[in-house]
Amino acid sequence: MKFSWMLFVFMVSRGTVLASIDAYPFPNKELTDRYEKLISELRCPQCLNTNLAGSDAMIAQDLRREVHRMLIEGKTNEEVLDFMYYRYGDFVLYNPRFDLKTLALWLSPFLLFILSGFIWLKTVRTEKETLPWEEEDEKKFNEILESRSD
Amino acid sequence: MSFQKSLFIPLAAFLAMTIFLGFGFQLENAKVLPSALIDKPLPNFQLRDLQSGQMLRSADDLIGEVALVNVWGTWCPNCVIEHPQLLKISREQNIKIFGINYRDNNVEAKKWLKKYKDPYAFSVSDDEGKLAIDLGVYGAPETFIIDKSGFIRKRHVGPVNAKVWEEELKPVVDHLRGLEE
Repeated sequence: MKFSWMLFVFMVSRGTVLASIDAYPFPNKELTDRYEKLISELRCPQCLNTNLAGSDAMIAQDLRREVHRMLIEGKTNEEVLDFMYYRYGDFVLYNPRFDLKTLALWLSPFLLFILSGFIWLKTVRTEKETLPWEEEDEKKFNEILESRSD
Repeated sequence: MSFQKSLFIPLAAFLAMTIFLGFGFQLENAKVLPSALIDKPLPNFQLRDLQSGQMLRSADDLIGEVALVNVWGTWCPNCVIEHPQLLKISREQNIKIFGINYRDNNVEAKKWLKKYKDPYAFSVSDDEGKLAIDLGVYGAPETFIIDKSGFIRKRHVGPVNAKVWEEELKPVVDHLRGLEE
């Protein structure tokens, strides 16, 4: 019983730990939500696979502070992402931008989808074109076999 | 197109994608981020000079000749490791090294420079790490080469040792100096 309570507390508290390493005050809920969203979709440049929200690295702390500052100054989400992109490049965005370098990344799912559809259609059509095996065929087949065995 | 031939489409698509992605996402070393600031001008700043503690320095104070900009801190173990090499470069190579003292305690930083000697023309105190962010820095040490117009031409992440200097940094410095003549 005690153990299950501990487990329950652990499970409930886990989500909030990730989100509140340092709490920055915002005047309203909308800004808080935008802040949480931005730091969750920006990658910490130092830690390779953690977002800003989940990292304790010095640079992540500094970047969270900058995100907070920019939001308080009234910058749009786009401006915040531009700020990060200018300094840290594609790496920092978990949601990569659409450009020549990321073209394949963005288009390949659609291309593969179309391609697989095309191959599927082809396969189905070829199967239809193939006539079923009938008695006539069986006879012919046996004739050929016999003529060969001589 | 015959059915047999169309079977090769996935293979062709796979090869095309491999080539595309290979070029697009090639990182020589996954731990080193490609710098977004190469060939961009040094970001402007207004920071206190570390030694005087008073004088304000700006990007203009760094611009004028090919120079190194080194991000360091007393909290950074690799900065101690690379320090002798920086001293050697400043002594032997006739090139200015500017220091960015990154997220550090000023008193400790001055002590550190006294203890290990000071290779820098000057250091600025980037207490909040703002200049470091503008430079796309994500750790220390990092070393940049700027040309005489103050454009960033090279970035090295991690300690500078003799090999890095000879093979990665010096050729760029020589090349940039060659362009000036």
